[in-house]
Order: sequence, then C-alpha cells, then structure tokens
Amino acid sequence: MSIEATEAHQPVFVGAIRDRLETLQQSYPTRMALLLPALWMVQEERGWISDSSVHEVAAVLDLTPAYVRGVLTFYTMYHQHPVGRHFIQVCTTSPCNICGAEDVVAAVLAESGCGELGTTSPDGRFTVIEVECLGACGFATPMLIDDDFIESVTPDLVPALLARYP
Amino acid sequence: MTDELVSVTVDGAVVQVPRGITIIEAAKHAGVLVPHYCYHPSLSSPAVCRMCLVHVEKMPKLVPACVTPVADGQVISVHAPAARKAREGVLEFLLINHPLDCPICDQAGECELQDFVFQEGQARTRYSEYAKRYNPVEDFGPDVLYVPNRCILCTRCVRFMEEMAEAPVLAVAERGDRAYIAIDPHHQLDHPWSGNVVDLCPVGSLVSRDFLHRARAWELDKSASICPGCTQGCNITIETRDEAVVRLRPRPNLEVNRHFMCDTGRLDYRWMNHGDRAEAPLVRDGDRLVAADWDAVVARLHLLVHDTTGPVVVLASGRASSESLGWLMRMLEARSTIAAMKVPIGDEAPLAGVPGLALRPERAANLAGGLMVGVRDAWADAIARVGSAGLVILHDVDLNDAEAAAIAGAGTLVHFATATDDRLPRADLILPVTMMAEEQGVYVNRDYRAQRYLPARTAPGMARPAWWAASRVWQRAGSERTVPTTTSEAFAALPAFGGLTHRDLGYGGRILDPAVVSR
Amino acid sequence: MGFPHPIHAGETPVLSTHFGDPAARTFDGWSERGGYAALRTALGMAPEAIVDEVKASGLRGRGGAGFPTGLKWSFMPKDTSRPHYLCCNADESEPGTFKDREILRWTPHALIEGCAIAALAIRAEMTYIYIRGEYTEPHRILQDAVAEAYAAGALGADAFGSGKRLEMVVHRGAGAYICGEETAMMNSIEGRRGNPRIKPPFPAVAGLFGMPTTINNVETLAAVPHIITRGASWYSSLCLGNPKSTGTKLISVCGHVQRPGTYEITLGFPMRDLIFDLCGGMRPGRTLKAVIPGGSSVPIMTPAEVDGCATDYEGIAAAGSLLGSGGMIVMDDSTDLVYQVMRLARFYAHESCAQCTNCREGTAWTTRILERILRGEGKESDLALLMDLADNMTGKTICVLSDSCATPVVSGIQKFRADFDAYLTGAAAPVAVGA
Ligand SMILES: Cc1cc2nc3c(=O)[nH]c(=O)nc-3n(C[C@H](O)[C@H](O)[C@H](O)COP(=O)(O)O)c2cc1C
Ligand code: SF4
Ligand code: SF4
Ligand code: SF4
Ligand code: FES
Ligand code: FES
Repeated sequence: MSIEATEAHQPVFVGAIRDRLETLQQSYPTRMALLLPALWMVQEERGWISDSSVHEVAAVLDLTPAYVRGVLTFYTMYHQHPVGRHFIQVCTTSPCNICGAEDVVAAVLAESGCGELGTTSPDGRFTVIEVECLGACGFATPMLIDDDFIESVTPDLVPALLARYP
Repeated sequence: MTDELVSVTVDGAVVQVPRGITIIEAAKHAGVLVPHYCYHPSLSSPAVCRMCLVHVEKMPKLVPACVTPVADGQVISVHAPAARKAREGVLEFLLINHPLDCPICDQAGECELQDFVFQEGQARTRYSEYAKRYNPVEDFGPDVLYVPNRCILCTRCVRFMEEMAEAPVLAVAERGDRAYIAIDPHHQLDHPWSGNVVDLCPVGSLVSRDFLHRARAWELDKSASICPGCTQGCNITIETRDEAVVRLRPRPNLEVNRHFMCDTGRLDYRWMNHGDRAEAPLVRDGDRLVAADWDAVVARLHLLVHDTTGPVVVLASGRASSESLGWLMRMLEARSTIAAMKVPIGDEAPLAGVPGLALRPERAANLAGGLMVGVRDAWADAIARVGSAGLVILHDVDLNDAEAAAIAGAGTLVHFATATDDRLPRADLILPVTMMAEEQGVYVNRDYRAQRYLPARTAPGMARPAWWAASRVWQRAGSERTVPTTTSEAFAALPAFGGLTHRDLGYGGRILDPAVVSR
Repeated sequence: MGFPHPIHAGETPVLSTHFGDPAARTFDGWSERGGYAALRTALGMAPEAIVDEVKASGLRGRGGAGFPTGLKWSFMPKDTSRPHYLCCNADESEPGTFKDREILRWTPHALIEGCAIAALAIRAEMTYIYIRGEYTEPHRILQDAVAEAYAAGALGADAFGSGKRLEMVVHRGAGAYICGEETAMMNSIEGRRGNPRIKPPFPAVAGLFGMPTTINNVETLAAVPHIITRGASWYSSLCLGNPKSTGTKLISVCGHVQRPGTYEITLGFPMRDLIFDLCGGMRPGRTLKAVIPGGSSVPIMTPAEVDGCATDYEGIAAAGSLLGSGGMIVMDDSTDLVYQVMRLARFYAHESCAQCTNCREGTAWTTRILERILRGEGKESDLALLMDLADNMTGKTICVLSDSCATPVVSGIQKFRADFDAYLTGAAAPVAVGA
C-alpha cells in the first residue's frame, strides 16, 4: 500500500528510535506485534499520535493506516489529538467515587483552569480527563499526571500538587 | 472435513450432514434458516452478532450456530423458547440505535434487520432514552457511502476487505457503542472489487451511490444471468425496473465467483438501456433502407450467402451467445469464412482471497464459446481482410472510428444490430437482434465452463436472437433441414457442444469436455 | 508511596512478607531473602514434576476464575515442535483490585522467578508480561528487575548455566480493561484490537501467535516459587475452610474502611474479621451497607451475607457471590447504591470491546436507564426492564464482560430494592449524573 506524503512529516522512526524498534523486534515473531510499542514511542516523542504518524507507523510495520487507526482508537491512553503540557487522568470509578473522587475532579478542573473535562487550559498547561479504575482503589483518589502516579489525592491537596507541574 | 456423515436433529427433522460442518450449515440441510448477521459463508466467522444462538440438548448455554460444529446425535432447536428470546433480545439491542428510516433506506425490502424483525415478532419499543447516536454519512469511495447510524457492526465489510481483497482499508474504530467502521482518511474504498461490501452489508449501512434512491427493492425484477464483462464469467443477477436495468449484483457460484463480482462488471450496464434500438429489419433498396418483415430479410440474406463470392468476414461481439455465434458460423458452412471476435484488453484485477477469481484482461465474456465454434480472436487480421471480402457479417460490435471506416467500404455488409450505426450508411441488410439482457444463451468462460443466462426483459420491436435468423437462413439451403425453436435446441444442435442441452448445464454451469474443444 | 501498612497479626504473610521493603526489589536483595533458590531447584526438575507439585499444592488461579493452576499447565502439549508461550497477566484493571500492583512494585523478582518456573513447566522459552499502561511506576520497576535478572544470568539463553533458555519481555498495555481477559490480551500482544476470541480453540492449543499458550495472573505466578521451595503439602496445609481452597490470598480492600490496603489471608479467613479487624472497620458513626468481595464483576453482598462468610472460593459462593480477583469494595451507609451501580455499568459500557451486540448495546442502554432513574425520570417498569436486559446480556456473548455488567445491576436490584424504589417514587432527590 503506497503512502503519499500528505503533509510535511518529520519521521519518528529514524536513528536511535528506529534502532530501538528493530531491537525490540527480536522479542516478537511478527512485525504487527510491534504496533503497541511503536505507538508508545510516537507518543513519547511527539506527545500525541497524528495522522501522519499513523501513516508512518503503518509504513514501518507493513500495516495499513486504517488498521493502525482501528487499533489506536481501541486503547484510551493513546492521544489522537494534541493535549496540554501536562495530562491529568483522575479515577472516578465506584471505589474511588464513594471516597470523593468527583470532588477531586472538580478541584482539579478549577485549579488547572480547564473548567471542563477533555479540554486544554487556555495557557496550554493542562488537559484533564476522568478515567476508569487506575488499579489503586485503596488509595483514593489516585491520578496520573503525565507518567507520575499519585495516590490519596484530596481536594485540599490539589493546588500544591498542580504547582509542581509548571 | 471428511465425507463421513453424522446425524443431527434440527427442529425435529433428522438430517444426515457431513461431519465438521457448522450448525448453521447443517440447519440449511434441514431447510431451517438460522437468523444471522455476521456469518457469511465466504468469510471468516467472528461470531459477534450473537443472532444465531440456538439451543442444543445437553449444552449448558445457547451456542452460536455459525461457529459450533455439529456432533453426531445432536438435538438442535432453533425455535426453542430460550433461543427465540435471545434473538428477540439481540434484535432489540440492534434497534435501539437504529434510525428506522426504512422509508428512505435503499435496503428496505431486502434488509436482514427488517426481515428478522418481521420473522421473530414485532419490534418492541422499550427504548425511551434520549439521543440515539448521530453520525454523518461518510463517503467511502467512488461508489460507496457509509451511513453509520444504520451500522450493526457485523464487520462483514471489514472482513471482506481484509480477507478477500487483502486491502484492509476498513477497520472498526473506538469501543463500546461509540464504535463505527472507519476508513483511513487518505484512502478510498476504490479497490476493483470493493463494491461487494454493499451486497455483504446486511442492512442499509453501506449503499451504492450509483443505485441510491433509484428503486425500491420490491419494485425490482430479477433474472439470473452471467456477467458479460470478461472471460471470468461471474454469475450475476440483472435487476430491472420497468424494463430498465438498474443494477447488477453477484449471484453465488462457489466454483466461479463465490459470492462476488468486480466493480467494472457491476457498473457496466448502461449500454443495456441504450435508447436508440434497431427494432425492425431493414433491406437496402437503392439508396435507401426500407423496413421489411423477417421472411423477406431471411430470404435476402440467403441469397447473399449464396450469391456473393470471395471470402466472408464475420466480425462478432464478445457478448454474443454461443448459440448465435454457432449458428452464424453454421449459416456460412459452405463458405470460406474468416471469423473474429473483438476482445478489448484491460488490466487484470484479481480478488486476492479467492484463487482463480479475477477481472480478466480479455473483456469478452464468450471468447471461449467463440473459439469452440470457429470464431477466432484474430480481430486485426479480420478487419484487414474486410476490403477484399465478398460478404461482411457484422454482429453487434462496439466499433472504433477506424474500424467503422474500414467496414463502411465493404462490398456487401450485413449487420446483425442492436442499434444502427450512422457510420455504416451502406449496409445491405440490418437485422434487429436481441442483446444478452433480452435473450437466453450460453457463455463459455475461460475454464471452458458453459453457463446459462436468462432474459431480464423483453426485446424491443421485432428484434430476435441472431441464432434464430441465422438458422432460418441455413434452413433455406436444404429442404430437409429442421431448425431449432428454442435456445436450448439451438445449443444442442451445435456439434461443438456435444449435444448438451441447457438443462444439462445445470445451475452452476458445466465444464465442457476438453476433447470437443476445437482450438 | 501508599504502602505499607504494618503486617496485622491476622494476616499470613507469604507473598507480602517483603512488601514495603525497598531492598527486596533488587536482584541481590531478593536473593539474600531466599529468592531464586526455587528457580535453581526447578531448573533441575522435569516439567512434569513441577506441574505435579503445583497440582498437589491446590493452587488456583488468582486472576478471577480460580481454575486449578497445575491442571491448566497440564493441558499444554508435551512436544515442542512449535514454540510455547507463557503470558503473565499484569493487567489488573478490575475495579477494586490492586493487589498485583504490590507484587509488581515490591517484589518484582518474585514474579520473574514464578514466571521462569512456570515457563519451565509448560516448556516455554518466552514469557510476555502484559502490564496495564497506567501502571507507570510498577512498569519501570519491573523492567529494571527483568534487566537485572538478565544481567545476573537468571534469564537468557542459558539460565543459571542450566542450558535452558528463558526469555522475558514486559509488554505495556495502553488503556483497555478488556485486555485482562486472556484471549484479548493475546490479541493485544499481537498488535491487534483487544477483542476476546471465541473458544475453542483454547489457548493451550492455539493461543498467542497461534501457538500453545498458558496465561496466569501475577499473584498465581508469584506463589509458585514458595510452593517449589516449601513444598506442596506446606502450601495445601494453609487452609481455614474448604480443602479446595488452599494457600494464601491477597485481598485488596478499598472503599469505606478505616485502613484500606492489600491484606494477605489464609483462604477461609472470616470476611467479617477481615473488614472489621484487619481493615479497622467502618469510619466512626458509619455502618456497613454492602460489600463487593471479588472485584466489580461479582454479586453485591449484604451485611447479613458477610456475617459468617469464609473468604474462599466456596465460602463466598455459598454466601451468594464470588471470590473473583480478591478486590473487595466495602460500602457504608453513606453510599448511594443506585449511583454506584450506574457508575459500574458505565465502566463496563466504556470498556466493552464492541464485538458482541448484547454487550455493546446492552451495557450502554443499561447505563442510560440507570442515569435516567437517578435524574428522577424513572418509571415503575424500569426495574423489570433492567432485569430483562440483564438476562439478555448474560451467558450470550464471547466473553463475560457483558455478564459482569449485568451482575451488579441484578444483585443491586434484588438486594437493595429500596434504594431503587426511592428514586422511582421521588423519595430520593434526583442527582446529576454527568456523562
Ligand atoms: C473481562 C475480564 C477481565 C479480566 N481481567 C483480568 C485481570 O485484569 N487480571 C487477571 O489476572 N485476570 C483477569 N481476567 C481473567 C483472565 O481471563 C484469566 O482467567 C486469568 O488471567 C488466568 O490466570 P489465573 O488462572 O492465574 O487466574 C479477566 C477476565 C475477564 C473476562
Ligand atoms: S457497514 Fe454494514 S457490513 Fe459493515 S459492519 Fe456495518 S452493518 Fe456490517
Ligand atoms: S470479473 Fe469479469 S465476469 Fe466477473 S464481474 Fe468482473 S467483469 Fe464480470
Ligand atoms: S462480551 Fe463484551 S467485551 Fe466480551 S467480547 Fe463481547 S463485546 Fe467484547
Ligand atoms: S476505582 Fe479508582 S483506582 Fe480503582
Ligand atoms: S451469525 Fe453467529 S454470531 Fe453472528
């Protein structure tokens, strides 16, 4: 399947990153199995996974862009759109919910300036979303800020916490 | 799968079926249709729609008939109360997000959702929630539109593109009830076989732009036919409305085209509705062509066949029936004849997932049939000989201007025509003939499989099949000669086909004995 | 972060002995604490002998289904003409469950060792550890530990000089609860959507990459070294209730208890003591309202059902629920059960892989009905409708996510009917349901 260059795309999989991907290939019997790792690499490099990145991943892994998109959209941690400098995911599933998770979300929305879930704050600093169980239910309310996993957040802790993410 | 048979009971009927087949196929042997959406015999079975759940004695749960193999002695109930309730449940789930816009849906009348709702009892309307999901209609390709609100996510389209076309440009995107069928924004559904997704879609979610709102399903008349597009010989259905062909669709033949046809064949039918048809026989009278009756033109042609001298050149169309080609040649048996068929050449386009199925470069459905009766594919050579021919017989070919110019100067020209050609003003005889959509006939495909096609609409005016006229001309050359009255007799009377009748060809066609193949 | 609590006298620390001890995280630290002795032993054992030992121990899967582990291993073919694979399920996403996380964070080498022994037992050279994408910290810790194990020669082409190959790869998920279902996990590793597969074929016949595969939970695998070192009879003697439930179990307790956390109990331990003694009971002034004992997919229990219930597979089943994953959600009388049932249904609707009609549409519809009831727009007929939808969603789909959505709805309506009626009659004030 041919890939037309639709926009100027700076390839991700060159140099050291390409080498990392090919080293990983030794651990898997198929090329397709590199798809989740490859998407993670794109997100680490670019912050989100653009259309042109989808095409690049498809080309590098010998898949079609539609296939890559079908997989990409299945997994909620891949960003299909640009997000703020810091990405905040707050658990609101029942175990956390009964311990006040929705109040924590409200505090985070207010403090971050986002106001609404899924939007990016006007200063581009934060994007906040609700997520399902983060697997730390005993430490309500847990949240992920970028790759930092933070437990036992209560509304009063939110200002100081967010201040650590300029 | 082995030839071994097992015995199963389906809704009370005991049937013997091959070991290893699925319950859904076994039920067909018992004449029972298990309602289903995702299952399709030419595709893999993901068992996702859950419509085909049936009750099997001694099984703790209902089982999906589409993927569960039969076991000897199994007692299967398609209509057990639990199975019925499960199906009603699935239908209800499918309908909660379905717009029920049947009055404007192209699928109405041939929609498997409508059908099964009707069959399984009326749709309950317990859904009273807000906001059915709304997603805009999307362009998937030159001829395919996606109406996501009607999609039941059976994934047949995805699997067709993946498994058959081997061009996976469709995918399920997102999860839960947000899921939909996505096409990559930089790709189109323009694979040469992609139109099949419209047929495969059990509801009106994938629709053909070509067919959009042209007719309602119940207004259509359908006739079994063979695609005239190329030497593959796909089995098709010609659908007409008020005598106009509005759609071609594939008809299953596991040996030839499974359940599919290519887009070239599918969309090439407008010529069948050509308005300017030859309707009456015309005979040259000085500078003019005047209307005549069939007896008169048959007599006149008889004279021409006998009285002209020099070689005869026959120029035939690749869509001519074996009967017509065979009888034209027989009509000329006393003459030295050069006969050729015009075989337009195009690109080959295989359907990768089905070995032996491709849009063939030779765009002449009956090339092999012609070869069997002595019509060669040396077209250019035949055109070159027109100038020195004593008699030129032209049978309904699409000519380019150079060819038309060469033929226009022929000494004596007889035109078996579906339409008169202004570029050929000097024809001596014009015989109005039927086109394939108006006649019965046999095409022989590239594997020498002889397949019947049936008329899809009535012939205009006085048009007759070419074999009919040719056989009447032939009869005049000998008083003892009897002529066929039906197409089947016309076929059986041709020695090249070994005396086979149409009936002998059966439903799926018949590979002709290579020994009779006279190349 | 988070952990630990001091070990309570009622606990039986086996897996959790070194939780909270950062020194146990390193290869050397783990070895000093007796680690990797079991792997060295296993490297000298025949695969059948390992399987037999685990069978005799009575160890059952700790991922949710409780299938006997040794028996599962014995389904693997004996010949190795095709590669065999072990998948370790570290997807831990079932609401209420956070026990594998402690193993991953504190004793990663226990898991690596368990995986290595299981791989030997099933004749696999390759182990994929599938860890959920949100577990950023455990992911780093586990990756470092695997690298250490390679460097120390425990893993690699010639594990501890035995001549046996043991390879291990940590594969990171990307946000999908359903990938904890074993066949969905295999698809995910293969680079596909995490759609559960139809069975048969079973993984032991055609699993990951179409090859014979065994999938085990983190906790299951982490228990294996102890069984090899201390023996099957020691393990099976750990039993306070039904003899079919042996060994210890990590129970992660969350919700309205004073000391939430992961507790290790001997199977059969009284549920009431777990909640009221080990976890410190309810907050002052509060009373117990409901317990979901085995992750959100199991039936909700009433306080009466908790009383006298032995925490093991059979004991909880007898009390009307399931041990499941051992993720225990405790709710006190401040809980709006209708709201929480809606919240769980919403979870399943969000996570449905979308293959099966019943699940894709049923989870979403169920959620919307519950939302409507909470908004004060419920109808008398809604509860019967919910029950009927639950029936249409149960036992009819490729995997049991659909059933799992129905479970809290059914048990909620059956056992806490008054909560629902309050919304239907207007006795309870409508609440905003977000979306
Ligand atoms: C929807 C669903 C989600 C599951 N999630 C997990 C999970 O997060 N972790 C896990 O170990 N098992 C999970 N399971 C169970 C696995 O399918 C599988 O039974 C288990 O990993 C086998 O390991 P075990 O025998 O050691 O318990 C889940 C099952 C289902 C149906
Ligand atoms: S578009 Fe049609 S064929 Fe494709 S998944 Fe939807 S309903 Fe099925
Ligand atoms: S492959 Fe040939 S015969 Fe078949 S549909 Fe296409 S044109 Fe017609
Ligand atoms: S039950 Fe739900 S999650 Fe499981 S396979 Fe079916 S749709 Fe997917
Ligand atoms: S419910 Fe919030 S972490 Fe599990
Ligand atoms: S036809 Fe069997 S599940 Fe769809």
